[in-house]
Amino acid sequence: MLVREVNQLSIAVTGMNARADNPGPGMAVARCLREMANFQGKIIGLGYDVLDPGLFQTELTDAGYLLPYPSAGEQELLARLQYIQEKEGIDILIPCLDAEILSMIHLQDEIAALGIKMLLPTKDQLQLRNKDRLHEFVNEIGVKTPEQTVVTNSRFFNDCTKKGWSYPLVVKGQFYDAGIAYNPEQAIALFHKIAAVWGMPILVQKLIEGDEVNLTGLGDGKGNLLGTVMMRKRAITDKGKAWAGITVHDGGLLKEAEKLVQALKWRGPLEVEMMRDNQGDYYLIEINPRFPAWIYLAKANGSNLPRALLEMLQQQPLSELETPKVGTLFIRYAQDVIVSLADFEAMTMTGERAKQD
Amino acid sequence: MNANKKTAEKPLDNFLSLYGDSLKRLALNDSGFVFDPMNGHSFTVNPSGLELLKLMQKQKDVELIKHQILRDFDVSTEMLERDVVEFSEQLKRYLK
Repeated sequence: MLVREVNQLSIAVTGMNARADNPGPGMAVARCLREMANFQGKIIGLGYDVLDPGLFQTELTDAGYLLPYPSAGEQELLARLQYIQEKEGIDILIPCLDAEILSMIHLQDEIAALGIKMLLPTKDQLQLRNKDRLHEFVNEIGVKTPEQTVVTNSRFFNDCTKKGWSYPLVVKGQFYDAGIAYNPEQAIALFHKIAAVWGMPILVQKLIEGDEVNLTGLGDGKGNLLGTVMMRKRAITDKGKAWAGITVHDGGLLKEAEKLVQALKWRGPLEVEMMRDNQGDYYLIEINPRFPAWIYLAKANGSNLPRALLEMLQQQPLSELETPKVGTLFIRYAQDVIVSLADFEAMTMTGERAKQD
Repeated sequence: MNANKKTAEKPLDNFLSLYGDSLKRLALNDSGFVFDPMNGHSFTVNPSGLELLKLMQKQKDVELIKHQILRDFDVSTEMLERDVVEFSEQLKRYLK
């Protein structure tokens, strides 16, 4: 069977949101693809909000479509993908948002039947990295996590110091959002704020003092971690997201990430977030089942991981993934995307900006 | 007590024994820009700080390091001792 070259594929990428304080990874992934050598394919931006800028950014995406929110159900998502597939002829879909990965795993056979390939972890792999199960799993393989407890009642915070939970503490939602509380009042306020948006239970962790270090790479599903790039944040937004970062080589972080990928037999992109404390010990904070928003830093260092993902799915030999140079900095900035009234109207009314010839 | 006194009296010896390996990984530029490839920290040093860092990367013989600084820079022994303590305390923040 004739396999198309990766630079001629039609690729759909989700996560086209890019609010400056917490951008999705989609536009960065699209940029990595767009800048592949001799790229002649097509990039379809998929988003959830009519103001997601990547849906309109013609330098990165050839067309843009809205997807139904996950709460609409998986059959709605499948129907929408089927519609988009009929119009665009997508070869590969790269999901870039945590909240949609499980639905994509559930639907992967149906999506494959539409002719669309994806590189995803298994449901078991995804669930093992869920925040409420991560602690137990990684401790079994010798990776440390901050001490954690599950809290369902805010009264916990009034007398937690008597049970060994001294402030400051990290208060986290089970899916998203976290904050540091320095006293019971702050902890209770965070508890209610996070629970109202992300539901119960709430997770409480001991705060690790030190540096946050991040790693991205691709798991091949056999336990190997490919094309690793490590980054330390140099500036963060109010939401704690990287505003500037620099490539580093942290042997301890790499070793821990390889241990995780080996144990999980992780398949697909991932981002590993760890804290290195002042004694040099590493604590796993999170495994994100997707490329990070800073993925262009990897491409800029000769490790185009989105391209490698396409090559893996097309069963082609992987192009060289260079060892990243340490000391390469990225500094993020916000840019205005100009949208015509016609495009805005089309996105609002029909949820799409089709390719213009 | 004796051990504490010894440590306090020889801050540079103590610093080098704890941070000698970390110092070796630092990338030093003649402009005075210093980058740690392991943790991503960067900072700047003045010419005497840069010379001290270069010497500390090469050797652990504190007396030899001090001798070379005293020879190459217009500084008294007392001032050097004080500066070295302050400098090594600042460095610790970046070498974590």
